[in-house]
Amino acid sequence: MEALTILGQLFNTTLVFSTALIFAALGGIFSERSGIVNIGIEGLMVSGAFASAVGSYYAEQADLGALSPWIGLVTAAVFALLFSLIHAVATITFKADQVISGVVINFLAAGVTVYLVKILFEGAGQTETLNEVFSKWAIPGLAKIPLLGYGLFTAYPTTFLALILVAVSWYVLFKTPFGLRLRSVGEHPSAADTVGIKVKRIRYIAVMISGALAGMGGATITLTTTSNFSHNTISGQGFIAMAAMIFGKWHPAGALGAAVFFGMAQALNNFLQLFDFSKHIPQEFLYMLPYVLTILVLAGAVGRAKAPSALGEPYDPGKR
Amino acid sequence: MNKVIRIFTWDSAVAPLVAIVLGLLFGALVMLVGGYNPIAAYSALFSRIFGNWYDFGEAVREITPLILTGLSVAFAFRTGLFNIGAEGQFIMGMTGATFIGVKLTGLPWIVHAPLAVLAGALLAGLWGGIAGYLKAKRGVNEVITTIMLNWIALFLSNYIVNRFLLQPGQQRSYMIQDSASMSIGWLSELLDNARVHWGTLVAILAAVVFYIILWKTRQGYELRAVGHNVHAAQYAGMNVNRSIVKAMFISGIFAGLAGVFEVLGVFHYQVVAAASPGYGFDGVAVALLGANNPLGIVLGASLFGGLTYGSAGMSFGADVPPEIIRIVIGSVIFFVATQGIVKWVLIPFYGKRKKEGAL
Repeated sequence: MEALTILGQLFNTTLVFSTALIFAALGGIFSERSGIVNIGIEGLMVSGAFASAVGSYYAEQADLGALSPWIGLVTAAVFALLFSLIHAVATITFKADQVISGVVINFLAAGVTVYLVKILFEGAGQTETLNEVFSKWAIPGLAKIPLLGYGLFTAYPTTFLALILVAVSWYVLFKTPFGLRLRSVGEHPSAADTVGIKVKRIRYIAVMISGALAGMGGATITLTTTSNFSHNTISGQGFIAMAAMIFGKWHPAGALGAAVFFGMAQALNNFLQLFDFSKHIPQEFLYMLPYVLTILVLAGAVGRAKAPSALGEPYDPGKR
Repeated sequence: MNKVIRIFTWDSAVAPLVAIVLGLLFGALVMLVGGYNPIAAYSALFSRIFGNWYDFGEAVREITPLILTGLSVAFAFRTGLFNIGAEGQFIMGMTGATFIGVKLTGLPWIVHAPLAVLAGALLAGLWGGIAGYLKAKRGVNEVITTIMLNWIALFLSNYIVNRFLLQPGQQRSYMIQDSASMSIGWLSELLDNARVHWGTLVAILAAVVFYIILWKTRQGYELRAVGHNVHAAQYAGMNVNRSIVKAMFISGIFAGLAGVFEVLGVFHYQVVAAASPGYGFDGVAVALLGANNPLGIVLGASLFGGLTYGSAGMSFGADVPPEIIRIVIGSVIFFVATQGIVKWVLIPFYGKRKKEGAL
């Protein structure tokens, strides 16, 4: 029974670590499926993490209580959506190199957020610590199931939201006309244009969705784990999310699997430290574990991932 | 017709300059909105870079690793690969150099120092080569592997420093032997102890080597051909897989040299770090700023490194958060990338020439 409890805890921690990655990887999928490379996921997560910290802080000040993390989450989505417009304007309207623009997003986000924090919080390097953050929900009934109950059905509301969004994204991308258009624009924009699809408009929408989702991903880290925002709140999670997107072959279900895999690998390193034998393993190797596992899995099992055909190419109607 | 040509060549030099000016203006605007004085801030920035010999030397020190990581990323770009792993290769370069620099004793400088450089460069090259090998043989996307290898490099180097090189009571390695130092003592003295080192010369040479490899050798031709069109290169009988491994190996060496000289030339020890130093990621920006061209990279790194170093002066001199410089650099790159915006800004200066196709 002891072992089973520990296993339940492992699942539980896995979900905590995975949540932000799921959001951000979904964001990446929307953008890249429409043919726009989004290296800027990291920066969009940073801007979301920042906006959620500020949004919830002011909501708290306005005595909104338990509602304030939700306001933070929405603020994050809106702010990151606006931020992603820079990427959209540069790459879609001005046909800038998409990788360059993504790097710009990362740079600007790192600069703008810390700069704003210093202005808003009188020179401090991080935002005020939030009192009202998300607490875990137990799904009534299901959470009572032994073992699985704690592992899978007791989690932050953002985790449930992320899981719902995986299903929604899959439905939107693969079962709706909009999704078909979005994918066609990413595979063959001129063919899509010929049948009357507004290539640029679809790409704009896709990048904006991408921004909102990545922003929410960043927000979950602030609102469930760190309770404030500083320059190292995100520290590379956006790149891991990109890896999850590619690992998941640009498919929501695949990205979910990959994000959970990365989350579990991170949780596993916390988890192994509970055991005696781990004292004989240098700590650095435990930290390394998730990344080594990822490479081994990719090299061993998955094989070549196929990116959307028109990924990275600006759409120029006059070009053959 | 001549006029058109003149406009084109003028254009290619002027667009980046306009981008820099626009970036600085945008930064000024952000400062105004935040309630800071941009003129005081920028003059503090420039006096910090050029104010005295010490700061000038230190600015060069800041620029040097950026040239090398920029070359690293650009080399991979030229061969159609995206190396986000310059960061990890940088760290492996540091580790190799520290290990040889600390552990070997009793060697003359002429042997020890080059040996330490070589060890770091090779280790970093192999680190890049892993990503190349996995891409070539197993089809694993190099973006993922290089990101993962960055983290592995960070923890692995921490392990090596902790286990083999740790100075008791410190969070860093022992100092390297004097015989491995790449500092330039007499020049440092001239520059009020600014930490100048041979790495700067190596970085410039590396830019030349970058040019020679890619444009003056058969192998470089193959590498670029693979970068342009894998299928065409393969059809022409080139060994694409070998090119990929080779490209990542060379790319890793460039990034590794940056790390090597941070240890041998600047700090003379390696710390147990909680996070990556960031030169590798900045290298991506430098490569883009320099349009993957060796001369452009040297200039881009100078701009980037100069602004970064000067930004510390802004917070002392004008009480402006130094993060503003990230915004400036980001927007300069943005304006370089979106030539359309720059040309739109320039329209009034071109006047009627628009119809001749210059715009």
